Amino acid sequence: MRRVLGFLILSAASLFAQWGGELRFCVRSDPKTFNPLMVEDEASETIRYLTGGVLIRVNRLTQELEPELATSWKISQHGKAITFKLRHGVSFSDGTPFSAEDVAYTMHALMDPSLHSPTADAFRSGSGDIQTLASGDQITIVFPAPLAGIERLFDQTPMLSARAVKKEATVLGPFVVAKYTPGTEVLLARNIHYWKTDASGRRLPHLDAIRLDIQQNRDIELARFTRGELHLINNIDPEVFNRLAKQAPSLVNDAGPSLESEMMWFNQNPNAQLPEYEKAWFRSKNFRRAISAAIKRTDMCRVIYFGHAAPAVGPISPANRFWFQAQLKAHAYDPQQAMERLRQDGFHLDAGVLRDREGHAVEFSLITNAGNKARERMSAMIQQDLQTIGIKVNLVSLDFRSLIERISQNFRYEACLLGLTNYDLDPNSQMNVWLSSASNHQWNPSQKKPATAWEAQVDKLMEAQASAVTREKRKGYFDKVQDIVWEEAPFIYLVTKNSLSAFSPKLQNAEPAMIRPQVYWNADRLVLGPAQLAKDLR
Amino acid sequence: MKHARKVAIGIVAVVFTVCLLANFVAPAPYAMQFRDFISAPASRHFWLGTDELGRDRWSRLLYGTRISLLLAPAAALLSTLMAVLIGGVAGYMGGWWDRIVLRVIDIFLSIPWLFLFLIVRAVLPLNTSPLESVIITFMIMGLLGWASPARVIRAGAQSLRNSDLVLHARACGCRGPRLLLMHIAPNLKPVVFAQFWISIPTFILGEASLGLIGLGVAEPLPSWGNLLRELVNPQVVTGSPYVLAPLVLLAVVVSCFQLLLPEKEFAA
Repeated sequence: MRRVLGFLILSAASLFAQWGGELRFCVRSDPKTFNPLMVEDEASETIRYLTGGVLIRVNRLTQELEPELATSWKISQHGKAITFKLRHGVSFSDGTPFSAEDVAYTMHALMDPSLHSPTADAFRSGSGDIQTLASGDQITIVFPAPLAGIERLFDQTPMLSARAVKKEATVLGPFVVAKYTPGTEVLLARNIHYWKTDASGRRLPHLDAIRLDIQQNRDIELARFTRGELHLINNIDPEVFNRLAKQAPSLVNDAGPSLESEMMWFNQNPNAQLPEYEKAWFRSKNFRRAISAAIKRTDMCRVIYFGHAAPAVGPISPANRFWFQAQLKAHAYDPQQAMERLRQDGFHLDAGVLRDREGHAVEFSLITNAGNKARERMSAMIQQDLQTIGIKVNLVSLDFRSLIERISQNFRYEACLLGLTNYDLDPNSQMNVWLSSASNHQWNPSQKKPATAWEAQVDKLMEAQASAVTREKRKGYFDKVQDIVWEEAPFIYLVTKNSLSAFSPKLQNAEPAMIRPQVYWNADRLVLGPAQLAKDLR
Repeated sequence: MKHARKVAIGIVAVVFTVCLLANFVAPAPYAMQFRDFISAPASRHFWLGTDELGRDRWSRLLYGTRISLLLAPAAALLSTLMAVLIGGVAGYMGGWWDRIVLRVIDIFLSIPWLFLFLIVRAVLPLNTSPLESVIITFMIMGLLGWASPARVIRAGAQSLRNSDLVLHARACGCRGPRLLLMHIAPNLKPVVFAQFWISIPTFILGEASLGLIGLGVAEPLPSWGNLLRELVNPQVVTGSPYVLAPLVLLAVVVSCFQLLLPEKEFAA
C-alpha cells in the first residue's frame, strides 16, 4: 500500500513539477569576465560553473571525480601526461561538434603566458610548453613536469570551441549567457544542445533559464527571498540562518562542515617592527600552543555560530573527506595546561598580569577586518579568554585594505584573525600557504630559506606530495604536514563553519553539498515545482 | 518652562551621578561575558537582558553613558570653540578674510570624512588602549566638526556687524577687540550655545555611525554608539525591546540638554 502511495506521490510530482521555469538567485557583484579561462571572482565563477562544459567534474556530494565530456582518463609518464577518451555526439551551444581539436585549443589557450590565466597557474609544473597529441576521440596532454592530482584541475577548465568566433558564447554546459545588464542581472538560457539526458531520455537541463540578480546588499537579498522573489541563497550567515529557521524551518539547510575556517596567527616576521621580546614570544611554540589552549572554541561555535560550526582542528576541514587527517586530536580548552606551557618559557603571573622572564607584561593587539560581526565577536571572546591567563589583548578593527597592507606589506601588526576559504580540495592549491618561500605563508612570508627546522620539513613534505604519483602516497605526506602544523600551531585554527543555505520548497532535486556551489551544483537537474508538493516529497 | 528646566536639570544630574558611580552601581563589569546567557531577556539578574555575547546590557549602558556624556560634550566644545574662532572672526571682519574662510568651510564640508577616519584608524598605533582610542575618536570628531557650526556663527556675526546695535557702538567710538568682546560676543552667545547643544547628539550619533563600520569606540568598551549597533537588526528589537534603552536615554538626555538652555538660546 505504502509503495503504491509513494508511486502516486512521485507520479503527481512529475505531473505538477514545472518542467522549465526560471530559477532566480543573487550574485554579489557584476561578473568581471565571461572568459572562463580568466575567472577570479565569485560572480564569474558562478557563470563559468553554469555554462562551462568540463572533461571531468568533481561530484560535490561524493567529492569523487565523474566523467563528463571525457568518458575515461588515464595518467601516464609518472604524472606528466593525461589521456582523455572523449564522449561521442557532444555539440557546442551553436550546434558544432565537440572534438579533440577543441581540447587541444583550450589547453594551449589556457597555458599561453600572455593570457595570465589564474586557472593556468595550477597547471604549471615546470619550465617549457605543454604538448597535445590528438588521435580520433583520444587526446593526450603532456606537461613539462609531473603534476600531482592533475585530473582534478580539469573540473575548473571549461572547454572552448576552436572554431567559434564568439568563444565565450559557445559553450558545452547546461546554460548559455543570453543577456547581461550591467549592475542589474545576467540571464542564462537553456542550452538546447546540452549533451546530458535524464533517466527517461529527456534532454537536460530541466530549467528554461536562470536569472542572476546582481545584488550586493544581503538584507535585500534575504527580504526578496522571504517574499518568494528568489529561489535560493547559496551561503548565509548563521544569524540569518537561525532567524529563517525559526520562521520556516523547511527553507533552510545545514549541510555540515564547509571548507571555510577561521584562524588567528602571530606575526613571526624577523623584519617586523616589533620589540625583540615580543618577537621571541611569537616564535615560541609553547606561547602559541598556550594561547590555543586558553581559547574556548566550543563557546565560539555556540555563541557566535549558534551551533552551526565546529571547533577547528587543523588546516583541512573534515568536509574535505579524503585529505582531512582524522588522527588529529581536537584542541582542548585547558587554561592550566596553557599556564604550564607558559611557565616552561619563563612566563609568570604577577598580580593577575602575565609577565615574561624580563618582566614585560604580555599584551598584544589583535587585528581583524571591520564590519565582520562574527570576527569582531570572536576577537572579543578571545580577549576575555586570554584575560584569564593574564594576557591583555587590544582589539582593532581595520578596513580590509589597511589590514591586507599590514599583513602582507609593512608587517606592522602583532596578531591577526581572519578566515580561510579553500575552493579546491587538493592540497596542491595550498602550496602558496605552506611553502616557506610563499607569499601567503602568513606568519613569516617569502622566506629565502626556511626559518625553522619544522618549516624546512613542511617544505620537503609539500614538494614530495606534489610529485608523488599515487593519491595514497600524497595523502601520507600531507597528513605529516597536518601533524606538524597541529604541533607547531603557526595558525591557531578556531572554528570550521558549516555550509548553510536556504532554498525555496519549489526547488526540487536540490541536494545541498558542503562545498561550492552548495545548492545549484546539480543545476542541470533542478526543477521548479509546486511548493506543497515539494514539501510532501521531502 | 522654568518647571520643565528644573526637571531637565534633575534628570541630567541623576543620569550623570549614576553613570559616574557606574563602578559601584553596575551589577557586572561591562566586558564580562555570561556565555550561558547570550541574548537573554530582561530578568532579576540582567535588568535589560544581555547582548549577543552575554554581556549585561544595564552595566554596559551605565558605562557607555558615562563615556558618551563626558566625551561628546567635550568634542562639541572643541568644535564650537573652533567654529567661534574661525566663523565668528570671519563674520565680524568681512571682506577677503570672510571670503577665504567661507571657501575653506565649503571645502571642509565637501570632504568625505569617513575616509579620513579610515586613514586615521589605519595610521594609529595598534596597541592603543580602548580608552585612548575613544578619546582620539572624539577628539578627531571635534577637530573636524567645526565647519558646519562655523557657517552658522559666521552668519550670526555678519548680521550683528551690520546691526543698529553695533553701528551705535561704533558711533560711540567702540572699536576692535572691545567691540567684539563687549557687543558682538554676548549677542552671539545664543547662537553659539545652540550650536554647542546641537553638536552633542551629532557627535554621539557620529560615533554610532563609526561604530557601525567597526571604527568607533574599541571593544569591549561600551558607548551609546556601539550600544546602538544592536538596533541594526530589527529582529532583535522586536524580540527584546530593551535594546532600545540607549536610544531612549539618548533622546531623554538630548531633550534635557535642550531644556537646560535659557529661552534666548533656545530660540536661537
